[in-house]
Parts: sequence; C-alpha cells; structure tokens
Amino acid sequence: MTGAPPAFLRFEALSKSYDGVRAVRDVSLSIRQGEFVALVGASGSGKSTLLKCINRLVEPTSGRVLLDGEDVLDGAAPPVRRRIGYVFQGIGLFPHMSVAENIALTPRLVGERLPDARIAELLHLVELDPALAERLPAELSGGQRQRVGVARALAGDSHLLLMDEPFGALDPITRGQLGERVRRLHDELELTTVMVTHDMAEALLLATRVLVMDGGGIVADETPAALLAGAGGEVAQALVEVPREQARQLAGLGG
Amino acid sequence: MSPLLDAVLDLGPQLAEHVLLCASAVALGIAVALPLAVWASRSPTVARFALGFASLVQTIPALALLALFFPILLAARSVFGEDLPTLGFLPAWLALALYALLPILRNAVTALANLDDELIEAADGLGMTAWQKLRLVQAPLAAPFVMAGIRTASVWTIGAATLATTIGQRSLGDPIFAGLQTQNWVLVLAGCVASAGLALVADGLFGLVERGFASRRPALVITGALVALAGIAGAAASTMDWRGDAPESVVIGAKSFSEQYILARAIGSVLQDAGFVVEYREGLGSAVVHNAVASSAIDISVDYTGTLWTNTLERKDNPGRNAMYDEIVRWEQENTGARVLGRLGFENAYGLAVTQETAARYGLATIADLAGVAPQLTIGGDPEWFERPEWNAVRNAYGLRFADQRTYSPTFMYNALISGEADVISAYTSDGRIAAQDLVVLEDPREALPSYDAIVLLSPRVADDTDLIEALQPLLGSIDVETMREANFTVDRQDNKWSPERAGKWLLEQVGI
Repeated sequence: MTGAPPAFLRFEALSKSYDGVRAVRDVSLSIRQGEFVALVGASGSGKSTLLKCINRLVEPTSGRVLLDGEDVLDGAAPPVRRRIGYVFQGIGLFPHMSVAENIALTPRLVGERLPDARIAELLHLVELDPALAERLPAELSGGQRQRVGVARALAGDSHLLLMDEPFGALDPITRGQLGERVRRLHDELELTTVMVTHDMAEALLLATRVLVMDGGGIVADETPAALLAGAGGEVAQALVEVPREQARQLAGLGG
Repeated sequence: MSPLLDAVLDLGPQLAEHVLLCASAVALGIAVALPLAVWASRSPTVARFALGFASLVQTIPALALLALFFPILLAARSVFGEDLPTLGFLPAWLALALYALLPILRNAVTALANLDDELIEAADGLGMTAWQKLRLVQAPLAAPFVMAGIRTASVWTIGAATLATTIGQRSLGDPIFAGLQTQNWVLVLAGCVASAGLALVADGLFGLVERGFASRRPALVITGALVALAGIAGAAASTMDWRGDAPESVVIGAKSFSEQYILARAIGSVLQDAGFVVEYREGLGSAVVHNAVASSAIDISVDYTGTLWTNTLERKDNPGRNAMYDEIVRWEQENTGARVLGRLGFENAYGLAVTQETAARYGLATIADLAGVAPQLTIGGDPEWFERPEWNAVRNAYGLRFADQRTYSPTFMYNALISGEADVISAYTSDGRIAAQDLVVLEDPREALPSYDAIVLLSPRVADDTDLIEALQPLLGSIDVETMREANFTVDRQDNKWSPERAGKWLLEQVGI
C-alpha cells in the first residue's frame, strides 16, 4: 500500500438488508479523487441504496464506508452530509424559499451567510441568469430547478458530489445539456462524482468509470472504452447493447 | 336604543372575561398540541395515542367536561393543597384547553405527515439536524394548516366557553343562562349575538393569519396577530383592578332559577348598603353550589334544607322540619366549616302540581289520589327531579307509575303543563307561577317529601365576619312564601318582566329593609 494515494472513498464489505432481503451484498471497492463514477443497473439492483450509504440516508446493515479515511458512521449524520453535495431526481427545492435562499442553505446550517456574489457565481456555473435569484422555485422550469439543485449541492464547497438519477425527470434536450455541464463542472472544480443512472448511454458519455450492479453486487467495473470494446461480462454487455442497437436503427433509418 | 343593543352593550365585563378565558385556553391548547404533534410525527404510536385521546375528549359533551373538572380539582387538592381553586377560571380554562386540543393537534399531525417526501429527503441530504428541519422546513410549510386548526379551535372554544357560567366563571353565558331561567329572551339573544360576534371576529383575524402563511405575506400574519393580541390586551386591561388596594369582595352564588337570582341580588344589595364590595356567580349547577360555598369559592349561598339533607348529608330518613335544620347546622360546622346563618322564612319544597281542570277531572287533592290514574298521565320534571331521592321516595310511598316521564328546563315545565304536554309536574312551592296559573299543589299526607326551608350559608372564609352577619340579620325569618312567590312571578311572567335586581329590591321593600 505504501506510495499509492489512499482511496478518497472506500466501501468495505458493505451490506444492506431490508426485512431480510439483501439490497446490497458485500460490496468492497475504492474510488480515487477526481473519478466520475456511474453506478448503472436495472431497477432494484441496489445502486441507489449503495449511493445513499455514503451520506447516511441509508444506514448499512454491516460493513463501512470511509470518506477521506474516516468512517462516515462515526458521530452524527448532519456534519457528514454537509460535506457531501447531493442531487436527486426529486430535486427537493423548498417552495417557501427563493432560489437564493435555497442555494445558501448548506452554509446557513453551520451559521454562515453566503455572499450574494457567490450565489451569482454559483448560478453562473450552472448557466442560469443571476436575476433568477429572487424567484420562487414554482416560477422555474424543471430544467432550471435541477440546475438550482446542482448549484445548491455545490454551495457547501464539498469535493464529493452524489447524484441519484439527477436528470431522470428532465426532457432529453435539457438532460443532455445539463449532463455535459455537470461533467465540465466536475473537471473544473476537481470534484469526485458518483452518479446513479439506469441509462447506460448517459453513463458511457459522462463517466470515467462505470460500475454495473446486479442483485445487490457489482458485476462489472470498467472504463467506458473497455465496455464499448466488449468487456464487463453478460449483464454489462446487455446494458451496452441497448444504446448500440438504437444507434444502429437510427443509422438504418438515415441510410 | 333598542333593548337588545342595550343588553349587548351591558356585556362589557362578560365579554372581557370571555376573551381572556378563550385566549388562555387556546394558548394552552397550542402549547400542548404543537410539541405533541412534533413528537407524533416521529412516532406512529404517539400519533395514534394522542389523536385517539383528543378525539375521545371531543366526544364528551362540553358541559359534562366542565362539570367533571370540579371533582378532579377537588381530588387534586390532596396534592396541591386547599388553596387550589375548584370553581371559576381554573376548571373552565383546563376543560376548554382540552377541547381546543383536537383541531390543533389533528391539523398539525396531518400537515407534518403529508409534507412532500422529496423535501424531507432534501432536508436530510443537505445535512439538517432534526431541529433545523423542523424550524426551516416543517414548521413553515405546516404553518397554514396549523393556523387553520387554531382557527377552528378558537371558534369552538368561544362557543363552548358560554357554558363556563355553570361552574362559576363569568362569561358571555351569563346572560344566556340568566335569560333562559327568567324567560328574558332579549338577554339570551344578547349573549348569543355577543358570543357569535366574537367568534366571527376571531375567525376573520385568524383567517387573515392563515392566508398570510399560505401566500407567504408576512404583513397579513402580523396584522391579524397584532389585532388579536390588541383585543386580548384590551380585555385584560379592562378587568384589571385600577383602584389599588380595593377591599376584597364578597362573592354571592346563585343556582340557575329565578328565586336564586332574586335572593342573590337582594343579599347583594343589603351588603352593598353596608359597605361591602359584592360580586355575583350566577347560574351555578345546583350540585356545585354547596361545594363552592364549603370551599370558599363563593361566600354566600341560599340553599334548601331538604336538598342538603338528601344530596350532601346523604340521609334518607325524614326526622321533621326542625330536627333536620338543627342537624344540618351541626353537620356543616363539623364537616365543612361553613356557617348556616339562618332560615329566610319560606319553604321552597318540591311538590306535584296539576292544573285545575286535571284536578277536577280526576278528583285529585292529594298525591294518594294520583296513584290510581297515574298510568294514564305524563309527568314532567326539571333535569334534576328524576335523579333525586325525593322522586324515588314519593313514587315508592304512593306507588306511582306514570305512562311517560319527560324532562324540561324549569321555565318550560310550566308551559308544558299548560299546553297539556305534561299532566303532572314537579313544581316548586315558592314558584310565582303556581298562584298566577292557578295550579293545584297536591298534598303529601304521607310526608314522603322532606321540608325545604330556604337557608343562608356562609363560607368558612366569612363565617365569622361579624359585620357581614350583622348586615344580613334582618333578612332572616323575614320572607314568607306568598311574598317570595310574588317576587318570583315578577321575573317569570311574560309581560312587564322585571330584572332579578329590581325584584330583589322590591322584595326588600316588602319585608321592610
């Protein structure tokens, strides 16, 4: 182990059972700083449960999660969660707070006031007009709302961004644009990102590393290029086949 | 000005106390309901238990709930000492707060349970502590629903608080109960108008606050809350005693029938002339009055020997008029410390009364004559009568079996007899309507009904107040039953109705005071 940088995020023999049914089975793996990891799998494969074990929205049945060498289960949950950006399909903007108030929430929880200039900067990062700051969430479109969701997750200066089906409820155009924007932010801000998605195309386009889950375990751990080259086994290749088949059909129509 | 407007404008003190009672009851309800709702939102067991309890309380009639707090507080004296008030503000406050609990609790629990799951996930994901989640997310989003519950609770409480009169708390129920007993419909209406008006005002103000929360307009919330607070503060200021070291007042109690109102006013007027400051607690439940005077919650009451004999001493025998009186004097002195000052001179006994026509048709002169025809007749009684031992005694002594029995408030009982709804009623022998409507009170040859000498009782607090005793002395033995009947009738009659105050003054003139 000497010489190699310690893993930024590490799962050790992690399992989670609900009423005796195992949603996550004995997962062990390491994620290095700067990786963009996509967790891909069918519904019920355990990918969301695994993600939520990181910020303790789910408490594991056994095993542990180390973040920067520290067990996230040590101490109270809120301080751990404040260090981690979290974006999810439901977005969860608070309807009684303006866009600016929503974005400034995480610093506010620890008694800090986020300067207006920083709010404008965060809005700029997610390609929103800073004039939207005083609007209420109800006045925004779905895509604008999720952009605010991303800005809110970045406001705490966290280096780890967790995303649970972040673009699942958006229209395809918005989805593509926002995905690309998030990937660029990941690079610019030197984030480590873990994204849950059931869309293999999205995973292949955005991630640097794709983990395929099936029945609670990880069945493939490959780069997008390796997956496209046929690596990863049966389950992974079945998922890769979906966008590939669509591309073939589209090419046939065009030809 | 119209008599109704006059009557409403006279209700200032009652309105002020009504406002304070309701405000403090709703405040206590909020103080209990909101923490309970938060706890319930974290534990389904607590939610089930709390909502079940609040719903159960709601099924108890408000009047019964108020009445129940009297024995509860009496029992609580063994813990909190003899100074714990058992009548008046405290029991009314507690009972109404319990009543206010349900709508606030139910709305708060429902609002917290139905908050969007996504918002809760976002709050947790951002790293809010439970307290931050409550303060920043749950409370603001539940506020309009909680406010709607507070609004409902306020309207209910303002209505139910009129019943506080029966346990000795001044409220807008005073004119309603007084008016009902003396058939003064203007008074009843005045009480209703004032109470309904207050409920509408509260509903409007809290509606404003609710809308302010829902549409996130703080100005509406603040306006509604400030006007409500100003009203409460005004009510509080008006009940304050600005005279500084005013002498402690003597509280005169009255049960809820005309004779009691008149005698209370007559006694009050005598005491005022002697320099005492006087307060009235009128419309008290009959069972409450004795306990109230024994515990010095009120200072003076007029009661009846037969009533105390059966209800308080729980005696079933009938030793005769004087022996009964002497025994009651001794018993009070030994057991409660209350002083029986003396007899007023007249009796207000229970008797069975029929109309002249009924008496003639069936040839009725005594209760014994009634036994044979009772199966064809309907008997009417006041709400107490059929529960009283006297009813059992007279029924057993004469073997009475009626076709039907009905309960009326004393006022309506006489109307029922005249209109033929009832053939026989449990009349009071000092009632002015017996003479006025030419009723026949059937004789009681077997002496099944005990005597009912009207007596004056003094609470332990004033039992040895020589000035007070001296002032009341001229009243003792001075009122005969004909004079009392006449005084009662001035209040009970339909036309040219007098106030109990005026009838009391007239009574004093008749007996030369």
